[in-house]
Amino acid sequence: MAYLELNNITKTYGSGDNTTEVLKNINLHIEEGEFVAIVGFTGSGKTTLVNLINGLEKPTSGEVLFKGKPVEDTSHERGVIFQNYSLLPWLTVYQNIEMAVKEAYPKETKKFIDERIKEYVEMVSLSHAINKRPKELSGGMRQRVSVARALAMDPEMIIMDEPLGALDALTRGNLQDEILNIWNKNKRTALLITNDVDEGIYMADRIIPLRPGPNATLGPEFKINLDRPRDKTALNDNPEFKKTRNAIIEYLMEIGNERSANSEINYELPDLQPKDLRWEFNAPK
Amino acid sequence: MKDSIIKVLRFIGLGFFEPVVRLANGEDSKKNTIEILKKIVAPLASILLFIGVWYTGAKSLYNTEANYKIEKTLKDQGQAEADKVKACIESGDPSCQPNTLPSPAQVWASYKVLLADHKVISADKEAFKEKTAALNEKRIAQGKDPITYTGRPSFVDQIKTSIKTVFAGFLLALLIATPIGIIIGLSETLRTSFNWLIQILKPVSPVVWLLLVFMIVKTLTKDSTGDTSFVISFISVGLCSMWATLVNTAMGVSTVDKDYLNVAKVLKLGTFQKIFKVILPASLPLIFTGLRITLSVAWMVLIAIELLAQSPGLGSFVWEEFQNGAMDSNSKIIVAMFVIGIIGFLLDRIMLTIQKFISFDKNEGI
Repeated sequence: MAYLELNNITKTYGSGDNTTEVLKNINLHIEEGEFVAIVGFTGSGKTTLVNLINGLEKPTSGEVLFKGKPVEDTSHERGVIFQNYSLLPWLTVYQNIEMAVKEAYPKETKKFIDERIKEYVEMVSLSHAINKRPKELSGGMRQRVSVARALAMDPEMIIMDEPLGALDALTRGNLQDEILNIWNKNKRTALLITNDVDEGIYMADRIIPLRPGPNATLGPEFKINLDRPRDKTALNDNPEFKKTRNAIIEYLMEIGNERSANSEINYELPDLQPKDLRWEFNAPK
Repeated sequence: MKDSIIKVLRFIGLGFFEPVVRLANGEDSKKNTIEILKKIVAPLASILLFIGVWYTGAKSLYNTEANYKIEKTLKDQGQAEADKVKACIESGDPSCQPNTLPSPAQVWASYKVLLADHKVISADKEAFKEKTAALNEKRIAQGKDPITYTGRPSFVDQIKTSIKTVFAGFLLALLIATPIGIIIGLSETLRTSFNWLIQILKPVSPVVWLLLVFMIVKTLTKDSTGDTSFVISFISVGLCSMWATLVNTAMGVSTVDKDYLNVAKVLKLGTFQKIFKVILPASLPLIFTGLRITLSVAWMVLIAIELLAQSPGLGSFVWEEFQNGAMDSNSKIIVAMFVIGIIGFLLDRIMLTIQKFISFDKNEGI
């Protein structure tokens, strides 16, 4: 039995004629300690999939099993890093994390909570900004707070919904390493949702493409046979990396083309002929 | 130092003094002079223009009224009487001045009269207090009510009463509307069930609220001999003005960003925690917008309500002066008008400052 199991998941929104099937026949098995990445186009139902796993939403049919038990509600065992950081703007970095730590450790002393908050702020190297509010932080710093908040609750599984999507390439690279470090150090199970194939290959053990919705299903998985720790600069010349990368991109392109070929909308372009104005301007009067 | 002064000025809504501070510190004189012209001189010029228009308008109205008076006398009583009236008007004798829109100078004079009157009355009050101090002590010792000053209130006393009424009404609105708004905002069922009632009661005129409150308070205070006009007016003010807060609070609470609610769910906050740590702070900006509207509505309806409830505030001052019809009544009414406007402006500024203190930008977290 796998650590996290999704069996024949279907998720629809709306009812009657307005029903849209977002996810269909989703089957996913993740083992303990594994790092799995799901790549997909924007709008393919990735966030819905994440919400099903973390318990914010319930599947229309099928079951989500976490450690063999069905997921009914959110749980501290599964920490979530949201796509848009979702920090509370009226709280400081410290208070944002405090809220999570207090919930995760309701019986601990003030000292323990304080130390834990500081430890995690230190971990994402934001100690200098601990009393700042989110608006005073850059995008990368905000996402680091969000990472610290999720990890400070000591979840057994980390679920990341395009956590680095809005960041610039440099910050992105740094945070990827930070997340990998944490994952490696505590041997958590991790699920990363992303639209960046390179990011997926760099970070994950397995990559599973999500075929775009409506009726999104998971495609065939790609195993990443690269040794850890991986070196980002050396990776570009690694034949194994190139092979996997090309295979995934080819697959994604293929389903992308399929999708546009299946598109039912025909654009009719007006039949226009350009008019030659040269002679009219120069014509003798 | 300079920067902190500017920060404070901006915060309390007096940002237009910023270039003065900068200029005093010898910063970029050309730019700051232009800023001063734009932000201070131009508004002052607009006020001067307003006074000019007012002065000319008042003068022409005065002439029309005076000519009409002279002609009427001429028609009714002959040349001799008409000349007398004309001489009387020109001499500036208060007894025969035409009754029309007062000029700025007259209003200023009335303002000073009202202040002087206030000094006389407060001196009178002081004297009365001293005179009755010994007697009152004796009366209290005997278990009787002390003798209180029952002379007419001065203009300043009336302003104080009005402000007191507004704050009592505002507090009432706050205490009724915010909790109800929060409860309604949290539950969609409650929201839909109360929606019609709120929509129907919201546009009801202040006067009708006053009458309604009067009906209820009159019965409830049948046995008391005290003055109920204050109670009636502040309850009416509260009921009239609370709707903005009620609707805004309900809306704020019901439209909290889904991201914040997801955070609350993922962190598994309890209901109580969720309401007080996430939903309320998230809806504070909207609640405060509602409270600001409530305060300005409260001040606006106050005058009408006091006028009808005979509560001794600015509203009844205006009404009494209008009924009074004395020589300077019109200018006193205009003094009251400016006082009402300026106090309303100040109240709004206070609310704005508090709002800036506690609110946050909606997109800060994202």
